[in-house]
Amino acid sequence: MTDGQNVQVDVAIIGGGPAGLAAALGAKKRGADNILIIERDNELGGILNQCIHNGFGLHTFKEELTGPEYAARFIEEVKKEKIPYLLNTIVVDVDAEGKILTLMSRERGLFKIRAKAVVLAMGCRERSRGALNIPGYRPAGIYSAGTAQRYVNMEGRMPGREVVILGSGDIGLIMARRMTLEGAKVKLVAEIMPYCGGLKRNIVQCLEDYGIPLRLSHTVVDIHGKERLKGVTLTRVDEHSKPIPGTEEYIPCDTLLLSCGLIPENELSSGMGVELSSITGGPVVNESLETNLEGVFACGNVLHVHDLVDYVSEEAAKAGENAAEYVERQIRETSRGIPVCGEKGVRYTVPSYLRPEYMDDPQVIRFRVGSNYQNVSVVVYVNDICVIKIKKRTMAPGEMEQIKLKKSDLEKVCECNKVQNIRICIEEQ
Amino acid sequence: MICICCPLGCALTAVRDKEGEITVTGNTCPRGEAYAKNECLSPKRTVTTTVRVKGEAQAAMVSVKTAGEIPKDKIMDCIRELAGVEVALPVRIGDVVLKNVAGTGIDVVATKNIEKK
Repeated sequence: MTDGQNVQVDVAIIGGGPAGLAAALGAKKRGADNILIIERDNELGGILNQCIHNGFGLHTFKEELTGPEYAARFIEEVKKEKIPYLLNTIVVDVDAEGKILTLMSRERGLFKIRAKAVVLAMGCRERSRGALNIPGYRPAGIYSAGTAQRYVNMEGRMPGREVVILGSGDIGLIMARRMTLEGAKVKLVAEIMPYCGGLKRNIVQCLEDYGIPLRLSHTVVDIHGKERLKGVTLTRVDEHSKPIPGTEEYIPCDTLLLSCGLIPENELSSGMGVELSSITGGPVVNESLETNLEGVFACGNVLHVHDLVDYVSEEAAKAGENAAEYVERQIRETSRGIPVCGEKGVRYTVPSYLRPEYMDDPQVIRFRVGSNYQNVSVVVYVNDICVIKIKKRTMAPGEMEQIKLKKSDLEKVCECNKVQNIRICIEEQ
Repeated sequence: MICICCPLGCALTAVRDKEGEITVTGNTCPRGEAYAKNECLSPKRTVTTTVRVKGEAQAAMVSVKTAGEIPKDKIMDCIRELAGVEVALPVRIGDVVLKNVAGTGIDVVATKNIEKK
């Protein structure tokens, strides 16, 4: 590859994590030859490299792998297929109109490439302390759980000795165990909600196994220490998540880890003019995982935050295949498709639009619910006529759901070109 | 007890009768039954951690795991034994990093490929 704008690839994939790797393999499988993966870190694999715990790949490989092992299966495949990739290279800007990517690396400085299709696979980032608005000083010793995970698991450094973890997401629970194994004293995990944000199995194997208390309906309201963190003030909260006066408790600690949710990383996307959903924080896509910009696709955690990497790989492979197909057919589309809406308990759906002529048969529609449900039905309406009804014993916001919509489900109601809307709702049985 | 075999997290109940026979209810798969019985008699876990890479290299740590489950009360012994272990590059997934950790009969293996630069 030579420098300059005349370097042209068919499919440029931004990000070499689980989504980017699977998208590259999907594009290759669908016949694209000239693919390029652009990764900002010094190796492929993305966040999986620091997720050294096991539990990955149960769906895909029918065995429990650690993060690096799961990544290695895809990396080996990418190398076997001789798909080119750039490491230590960030994408600074994408001109959506001409699909010109501005890249930067230490060796080459700024340079540009042209692409016929772009796959966004940049993943997500953690909600930071700033976004949480905890008052107090800004001493050293406050990290996001994922940053601490990288320090411990990849760089071999310990962030501190006496730890409080705020937020009970899975990364927080896993870091509670990890810090304990590395010799730190984890004093407690505080969760503002009355229920744990992470999986039940992680409460057992990460907290209970090591005697770490989980304090539900509690949050941190003050940070103490000027240079280095000295302690935090913990307080109980009421049902509206407001601190209850008189319940304050001082917990001495030198480290506070934040595990308070993930946000798709879309600065690049919004800079290009990709329309973003206010609910997921990710691009609004159609059935082909194509954004409002033609030939620009999105998959993985940059699209919506997933619970299982298996589903990221599955979704990303589709995005890659669709990008390859787009390059091959080069048809300009004008229609956006039929709106797919989540209503009555369904917070969002991916995709948000569906063009019957391009849909998979069956087409997977992924969604999340807004609260906990028991003994309900997921109901799909096409032009207000019920076409699918599935009973569910339990549903929870933390678990991504999916339904499979067949072409024949649409045809039950009318000809595909007469479908006006598709709605997914949660209803009492 | 909560099953830890998969993300479902089934609520299990294990009852031991006079003969010492354990009956498990609440499980939705055979793994759950085996887990509950094990958890009553001798709880076991797979341990995942890291060990240092020897000398100056492009990576500081290699991720590792116990090749099978080890008794829960041996976890900290396992971690202590691994504290002094260093691995020379290159390392491949499955390479044995430490044999028979903490006398459990289980080996500790690498979970990451790192080439030598």
